[in-house]
Amino acid sequence: MAKLILSFNGAVVGEHELTKETTTIGRKPTNDIQVDNLAVSGVHAKILTILNDSFIEDLGSTNGTYIGGEKITKRALNDGDVITLGKHELRYENEAASGEDGDFEKTMILTPGSTDEKEVTVDKKVEASIGKIASDLAAAGAAGSDGPGSARLTLLSGANSGKSLEITKVLTTLGKPGVQVAAITRRPLGYFLIVVDTGPEGRRPLVNDKEIGSQAHPLMDSDIIDVAGVKMGFYQD
Amino acid sequence: MSLKNNIDIYGQTDVGSVRDHNEDAITTNPDIGLCVLADGMGGHKGGEMASAITIGTVFERVTEDIQHIKNGQIDKDTGFTLESKTVHDAVILANSNVYISSSENEKYRGMGTTVVVVLFYDNRFTVAHVGDSRLYRLRDGKLEAVTRDHSLMQELIDRGFYTPEQARTSMNKNLVTRAIGIEEMVQVDITEDVAMVDDIYMMCSDGVTDMIDDELIEATMLNCGTDLEKMASELIREANDAGGKDNISVICARPIKPFPAKNSLFSRFFDIFS
Repeated sequence: MAKLILSFNGAVVGEHELTKETTTIGRKPTNDIQVDNLAVSGVHAKILTILNDSFIEDLGSTNGTYIGGEKITKRALNDGDVITLGKHELRYENEAASGEDGDFEKTMILTPGSTDEKEVTVDKKVEASIGKIASDLAAAGAAGSDGPGSARLTLLSGANSGKSLEITKVLTTLGKPGVQVAAITRRPLGYFLIVVDTGPEGRRPLVNDKEIGSQAHPLMDSDIIDVAGVKMGFYQD
Repeated sequence: MSLKNNIDIYGQTDVGSVRDHNEDAITTNPDIGLCVLADGMGGHKGGEMASAITIGTVFERVTEDIQHIKNGQIDKDTGFTLESKTVHDAVILANSNVYISSSENEKYRGMGTTVVVVLFYDNRFTVAHVGDSRLYRLRDGKLEAVTRDHSLMQELIDRGFYTPEQARTSMNKNLVTRAIGIEEMVQVDITEDVAMVDDIYMMCSDGVTDMIDDELIEATMLNCGTDLEKMASELIREANDAGGKDNISVICARPIKPFPAKNSLFSRFFDIFS
């Protein structure tokens, strides 16, 4: 079981076991760990505990959260880490985190929203936390679970300037054969521009005036693409 | 048109240094450019059963259905090619088959598997995956992960709690958020992309990626040039040298010459521009 040892001016003032998935730290008494000192914000930081690992997140505190002198926003905690909030210190202790990677079979978690109670677990520790992890992730909002929104290209040069083309296919080809050819592919994480043919002059398409590399180049909303001399704006909802 | 002479494919699987049986399964159909890899999970013989059912279902369904597809068509609802839809439907069927098997047999209750499928056609490829088995691409000397894991670790990385390096050494790395056979429905990630000559595609189970980092994978692949057999066995050897804690599977594929379809989506006038 991981725990935090709270001290002030070198003297230990408390010890807290990390039993919950979310442990809040701050000056207000509503926090799981109350640190009654003006240098600590009302709700200063929180610790997310998933099975054997814990992570700290600063919640926009006035004076910041530091580990080993470094100001942090989000960080995984290692056994022995000392977290500084204002003038207090919290020492993280977790022997399990630094232990050997045991015979951990691959296990599954049901994603949030699933109504099926069936789970596959091999390790008892896993079984205890599974439902809580799923709801925690749901609360935080699953990253990229819905896929990227729709996107379009708006021509910015040439006779068709101003015309918009909706990107409906997963893989869309663009360019002029013999001059320069590229493709835009839609992946779960977003849209990417890829060179297909650099043409006789061996030049690659530009994104925001810079030539892209040979790897898939992630496209951001409002990027300006130049393929075969035609400028287009890439817009994503 | 057989793709056997256009795309070089080689796959290998190994039980690793710790486990006593292999729950990974791989299969390929070089004639149609199909590669399937699955990493099974579940007690008793469940893992082996789940991965075997999955590669078998996908192999049969895609091999059969691809003959009836005319290249160059797009599914209007999703924007995917019909080839992608074929792969997608095959994975959904595999999910059903595993789910039903596990409901009907007490000893297979709760079994599941990851899966990653790659199908090459018309100078492009479709990759479908569920779980944390991956597809990488080596192009111009640089390694790129094409798929993104469906795992707790990836969720934490995406949210900024972990860097990929930290995730590799965490104890929580074997928790997948999606798997084949666990629920009646499953969401399959599909990506379509261009396949260029001399690209090297590498599919692997986490028996590789949990043991060695991307830098070593890249260096190992570069060192093997175009010898895919050497590449697969070297990656397996490296994973075993690093501990081999899980089953290890690798499938490598390299387009050696262009493979346009008869009415290639690339030869028709372009989607955008005239």
